[in-house]
Formats: sequence, C-alpha cells, structure tokens
Amino acid sequence: MSYSTALPTHHQTHNPLTDAYHGKSAETRHLKPNELSTGTTIMAIAFSSGVVLCADSRVSTGTYIANRASDKISQLHDHIWCCRSGSAADTQALTDYVRHYLGQLAVETGRVPEVKVAAHLMRRLCYENKDNLMAGVIVGGWDPVEGGSVYNIPLGGACMSMPFAIGGSGSTYIYGLVDSEFKEGMTKEEAVALCKKAVSHAMSRDGSSGGIIRTCVVTGDGCEREYVSGNRLPYGPAGW
Amino acid sequence: MASSGSGYDLSSSTFSPDGRIFQIEYASKAVENAGTALGLRCRDGIVLCVEKPLVHKMLVSETTGRRIHTVDSHSGVAITGFVSDGRQIVGRARDEAANYLETYGTTIPPEVLTSRISSYVHYFTLHGALRPFGASTLVAAYDPGTKEHSLHMVEPSGVSYEYYGCSAGRGRQSARTEMEKLAINPKQGEGELIDVQEAVKQLAKIIYTLYDESKDKPFELEMSWLCEGSGWRHEGVPKDVIASAVEWAKKEIEEAEEEDDDEMEE
Repeated sequence: MSYSTALPTHHQTHNPLTDAYHGKSAETRHLKPNELSTGTTIMAIAFSSGVVLCADSRVSTGTYIANRASDKISQLHDHIWCCRSGSAADTQALTDYVRHYLGQLAVETGRVPEVKVAAHLMRRLCYENKDNLMAGVIVGGWDPVEGGSVYNIPLGGACMSMPFAIGGSGSTYIYGLVDSEFKEGMTKEEAVALCKKAVSHAMSRDGSSGGIIRTCVVTGDGCEREYVSGNRLPYGPAGW
Repeated sequence: MASSGSGYDLSSSTFSPDGRIFQIEYASKAVENAGTALGLRCRDGIVLCVEKPLVHKMLVSETTGRRIHTVDSHSGVAITGFVSDGRQIVGRARDEAANYLETYGTTIPPEVLTSRISSYVHYFTLHGALRPFGASTLVAAYDPGTKEHSLHMVEPSGVSYEYYGCSAGRGRQSARTEMEKLAINPKQGEGELIDVQEAVKQLAKIIYTLYDESKDKPFELEMSWLCEGSGWRHEGVPKDVIASAVEWAKKEIEEAEEEDDDEMEE
C-alpha cells in the first residue's frame, strides 16, 4: 500500500480570504467546493457467526455539518453490507454499481453471492478509477462458504481480508484502542460493544466524525440495524 | 433425407413447415460420424475420454489435433465432431472463464460456464449468415465454492444438460448402454459409486469394445481427469495409466469372447 504525498509547493502565498485552503482542515482540503465528505469513522469486526459493521453519522462540507444523522452503512446484497468513507457522491455511486453487479450475478449463478466477490467488485471499481475517486470502503457480510468476513478497500484500491477493519478520518485516533481490545473469536455482543466504544472515542476526538452511532449485525439469519443516539454514546460529552 | 430439395434446409434461420431446423440436424449428423467421446462422473472426480481417429500413418498423434482441452485450472472440455469448430468453442470457453475470474475474483461455476458456452453455440443457430457448430462439447468442471464436480454436455443446437455419464460421436448409443451398467448414478445404484481409477479402465474397455479392427480406422485414446487426486485440476491421465487401462480392457474383451466361444461349442 502506498500513499501519494501531494505536498503544497513552497511558492504558494496564502491569502486567507480567497485561498482554497481557507477554513479547511487536512482532511477536507482536497475536496472540491461544495463536495460532501463523510469525514468519518467506520469499522467492521467479523465474529464467530457473522459480522458487525459500525459507523458515525456526520456528513460535512468543510466545517459545515451537512447531515448529522446520515447512514454510512449501505446494503450490497441480502447478507452483504459496506461502510462508506470519503466523498459521499463517489461512495454512493460505487455501492450502486456493486449492488447492481451482485444482483446480476446472483440471478446468473442462482446462489448467494460471496462477500469475497462483493469486495472484489468494489476493489476493481476503486482501483480502475482511482484517479477520479475518493473512496475508502469496508465490505463485510456473511456467506455460506466463509461465514462472516471483512474486507478493507482503502484509497488506492487495494483489497485485503481482515479479522477487523477501521477506516475514515476518525480511525487514526483509535488504532491503539482497537488493536489492544480486539481478540480473535469474539461473540456478537463483544464485537458490537467494541465497535460502539471505539467509534465513540473516535467521534470525541475527530472533528469530522460525530452525531450518532449506527450499527448493522449480519449473520446467516439476517441483519439487525440499530443506533445509539448522540446523548447516549458510551464515551464523550453528550449532546455534541 | 426428405428435406433435401425442399429449400428449408439451406439456412438455420428458417423453420421447415413441420417445425424443424434442418441445418441444426445436419450439424448433429457431423458429430454422429466423428470419433466417440465419453464422460463419466465418479465418486471422486470426472474422467473425459475421446477416441481420436488417426487419419494418416505418419501423424505425430500425441501432440496434434487434440480433442481434450483445459479451459482453466478447474475445468476442461472434450470435443468431438468438426475439430476446428470445436477449437472455436474452446477459445470462447477460455475467454468466458478468464473474464469471470477477472470480474468476480472467483472461479467460474460449472453451470455458468456451460450456460455461457451454450449461449455461444446457440447464437450460431439463429443467424442466416452463420453455420451451426458441427461439434459436441463435454464440459468437466469443479466448483471450489460448493466443492462439487459436475459433467455437462453442449450439443450443436445449443442445448445442454448435466449428466452422470454422457457420450457423443459414432459409438454414442452403445457407449451409453455400457455406461448405464456402471455404478455412476447415485439414484439407481446400491453401494459405492466407482472412482476415477476404475472409470479410466471402464472407459478404455467401452472404446475397445466398440472398435472393429477390420472396419474402423486406427485411433489414439485421449483421456483427462479432474479429481481429488489431481487436486481438482484438469489434467491429462498419465500415459502409463492409460496404457495399463488399455491392456486390462483388451484382456477383458478377449476373455469375454473366449467365454462366448465356449458357450457356442457346448
């Protein structure tokens, strides 16, 4: 995995009023004017019989919060979901494409599509259009072959299978927390609790994450969607 | 044939008044006169077998004019009929398999591969400017997703079915009768189904039983398998395994003939 380092060049003189940098943080200054970003905290954990996906709900345009209760967890197929981060427009379009392809595949093969296939489709779209996209996606779900699984697809269009994954601007604040608290073979309850705890910590430190916590638990039996409202978060001052 | 001269047999885009498409029937005729191709689904894999007639005494027969082709690591096809038509089908099958892997990141399931080959073959029966394929295709494939193996056959008309055992070419009728005696159909048989080692021997026996040295051209046996033993990869059956199967088959046939002679004397 590599990161492109587009450093500002030395001859840039800053005019605080007209500058494109004005009022923008490092996370949001690459956005086009008026582009919505899900400056975000997202994560997913695979547990014994399925997977839990979790996300905050803030959508911002620079410093302005465009939506404080959005849903960044999207359904790709009956038992396959994904967490979106980056440009809201790009990730919505991507999930639409993957949902379409998965639907077609399910009809052609007559069986339940694998999470691996969903992740592969997402990766292909992300990789082949990497110059025009700003999307970091975590694909998670359940299939009869592998059970619960999580795939992380970061900015460049890599795709890796992981026991858990975190993403979005807020994820940088919780790497240590999740690394130390995660353990192999968690129960559903433990996984959900860790997700809520970690995401609430990220939301309290990351300016572009906040609002409520949304979760989606996927098992062979189906999906359960829940949320934790902003004044009941496990961590952080209430009412942000 | 009654259809000749009526004008309804000139194009596959025209039905005859009694609802037939003669060009497709003629294409099937081309397969019926070609070398016998057999496929058996066993307990632990699939065996494909083709009788390749040696059209010339100086032919380097091991490497040229192959009738069995690998499509991708987990699937292979046996072709009989117009060999060159068959190669066109193989090329398409390979494209479909590679394209599926590229798009979805997993191996193409057997039913999907077969249905895509079928669609391709069928397309050539629709257009006035095209000629149907004069070849039948036996598809052996393994599905890593479901961990199951299956055998399909695509005919010149574009129809395809899944089989426990199937045959095409000159000896298809008698071969089918012989295959029905083998333990390959889980719905009929009691006891265990045969394995690929046994199937190689039985297929060799069927081919040699049908062969009449005085009438038929000399031939070479081409065999491949896709089984547990090959790591579910489509591979040629080793030369020595084929040779000993053929030896066994010839002895079996000889013994059966001797018994028949004895009975006649009594």
